[in-house]
Amino acid sequence: MDLDFSPEDEAFRAEVRAFLDTRYPADIRRKVELGLALAKDDYVRFQRLLYLQGWIAPSWPVEHGGGGWSATRRYIFEDELAAADTPRIMPFGLKMLAPVLMAFGSPAQQQRFLPRILASEDWWCQGYSEPGAGSDLAALRTRAEAVGGGYRVSGSKIWTTYAHYADWMFALVRTGSGGKKQEGISFLLIDMISPGVSVRPIVTIDGLHVVNQVFLEDVFVPAECLVGAEGKGWAIAKFLLGHERSNIAGVARSKQQLRRLKRIATERGLLADRRFADQVARLEIDLLALEYTDLRALWAEAAGHAPGPQASLLKVRGTQIQQALSELLMQAVGPYALPYDAQVLKLGWQDQAPVGPDYAAPLAASYFDTRKTSIYGGSNEIQKNILAKAVFGL
Amino acid sequence: MDFALSEFQQLLKEQAERFVEREYGFEQRRAIIAAEPGYSAAHWQTFAELGWLGLPFAEENGGFGGTVADLAILFEVFGRGLVVEPYLATVLGGLAVERAGTAAQKDAILPGVIAGTQRLALASTETGGRPGALHVATQAKKVTGGWQLSGRKAVVLHGASADTLVVSARSHGAHDAPGGIGLYLVPAAAYGVTCRGYATVDGLRAADVTLDRVELGDDALLGEATGGYALLDALLDLAAIAGCAEALGCMQALIDRTAEYLRTREQFGRPIGEFQVLQHALVDMYMAAEQARSITLAVALKAGAPTPERQRLVAAARQFCADAGRLVGQTAVQLHGGIGVTDELDVAHYFKRVTMLPAWFADNGQPLDRFQTAAA
Repeated sequence: MDLDFSPEDEAFRAEVRAFLDTRYPADIRRKVELGLALAKDDYVRFQRLLYLQGWIAPSWPVEHGGGGWSATRRYIFEDELAAADTPRIMPFGLKMLAPVLMAFGSPAQQQRFLPRILASEDWWCQGYSEPGAGSDLAALRTRAEAVGGGYRVSGSKIWTTYAHYADWMFALVRTGSGGKKQEGISFLLIDMISPGVSVRPIVTIDGLHVVNQVFLEDVFVPAECLVGAEGKGWAIAKFLLGHERSNIAGVARSKQQLRRLKRIATERGLLADRRFADQVARLEIDLLALEYTDLRALWAEAAGHAPGPQASLLKVRGTQIQQALSELLMQAVGPYALPYDAQVLKLGWQDQAPVGPDYAAPLAASYFDTRKTSIYGGSNEIQKNILAKAVFGL
Repeated sequence: MDFALSEFQQLLKEQAERFVEREYGFEQRRAIIAAEPGYSAAHWQTFAELGWLGLPFAEENGGFGGTVADLAILFEVFGRGLVVEPYLATVLGGLAVERAGTAAQKDAILPGVIAGTQRLALASTETGGRPGALHVATQAKKVTGGWQLSGRKAVVLHGASADTLVVSARSHGAHDAPGGIGLYLVPAAAYGVTCRGYATVDGLRAADVTLDRVELGDDALLGEATGGYALLDALLDLAAIAGCAEALGCMQALIDRTAEYLRTREQFGRPIGEFQVLQHALVDMYMAAEQARSITLAVALKAGAPTPERQRLVAAARQFCADAGRLVGQTAVQLHGGIGVTDELDVAHYFKRVTMLPAWFADNGQPLDRFQTAAA
């Protein structure tokens, strides 16, 4: 056992850092530093930058144009991206759909979609949740009727992140009825410009538009957009859950938030307040314990062990720590968390003098928005059900 | 980065697990702690024969040159078995000798330790003033041909069964200055040494030690009369790592027993493990213990880091494992219901041990304080 990074790993870290120092656009960095909302173009510009460097898909196998990196390297990469305040890499195409296509997709589907995902030419969204199917995902009711050459899809998907940016949606739909509710579900790829697709914005607690409800009214989906066999979509959904685990704890981003918290708390003299300083220290210790748990899981994955139940642990604790950080960050600026202006959240204070420090106002929006983390991706209560079953057979 | 056990570590783990399984049943342990001296001389001999008493010492001193991570593996299994032998006390005393002693001092002490004929104890805690390894009121007075020690040491782990005590004492300086502290070898049989031994709530033994003008030779001092503090600090951090590892074993035992109880205990016509509120409580225990394992592993692997980093990581592990141990212990008792607070079930005994672990060798200050000081 050892926890050391090899000289090659350290050299790689230096290379990533140098690249980001020189090539990462300052305007996007400033937005992330200030906690501002990012536009589609911010994400795409950053992802194209990584694409051209060959770094956009570290975990993809080399034959599909990925990096084929070791777990250690991916950990270092995430660490450096977070420390440079980059946007998150949108996971829908790169981390969610791509592994599904590699495992279940036809060669034609792989050739058609994977290069465009890699180059950020298509923006993908995830069509899983429905108004009547949240934690009980298998209760989904969006129907796909087999018709000549494909399917006619009708129903509605909800909480669809950036559906208004998306070119494509991967969706779970019901192609059969009868039997267990997990049976008769299929995995379809839906072109968002198809007639019958409409997107309704949902404004969330921070006043911003990120998620949507997507309505599908008699949408034609050609048969070549079915992934895997008809009726086997649930197996794909479960496979995807196993692949969503990399970086599920968000440790690197939380480390950056902790550095931000300490900087703000120092500026505001709060670390001299033992009650506040103790909360920061406890959070830092919790994050250390989570980071080493994350490293153990990464190592186990790289060593070829099957994905264990740790993914659920990492999700629960990762989100709890993200929420605790957002709470302390908001508390650290006191009353300067109060001013609210949606334009400021998008563009900063611009010509106006900021009320309080320029980073302060977005911290309240961020706190309220971060409550979603313990709800999405399988709520923390669902994760605990999974752990009870997987670890203890209960 | 590699979390796999080495072949040696795997063997050590299996060997220790076999010992605990065969020799350390709950009733056997109960009989051991009910009688004097509170541990089993036969087991101690087994420790020597299995090489455990030589594990942490360098090969040139007759040991096996084991790492802190190796020790942690052993302590975790000791936690699972609620082992009561004076292993930690002897190892800490022996490491004080190995790290600061002269060749003659090592020759006088270490072979006996490794052979199982010499038991040691680290006497550092005092009760006056704020707790902390810096608070040393015990006096070491330079006299012709040696030292004279006077003072009181409190709650010395296995103090009454030790053949030799390693005592922190002050030759000069204010009562909380780091500069004047030295470590001294004090034979338990020396004139002026009084040990008042007693049982502790977690099944171990401790002693309050009174030193009344104890006359010692020059060769009693380990290293410099002013250099003891840094060594003591490092030894107490090592004790903390051992304590964290032992807590892991206790936590795992509590989780195993609680899960089994939830599967088998029936109420309202079904196993209580079908109730989601109990499932989630069990999962909380599991999550706490898993993360405690991660941070303990990390600190065991980084025990040789430069002092501030070591202090910071050890403090983090102490704080995390103390909190995790409390949660796991309290929840295990709660989920067992009435039977959980009885003496006849081992759950109560694991609970007591995991609860009290952080109180032993707590001289290195409140972990949350130390974490912030070291991090600054």
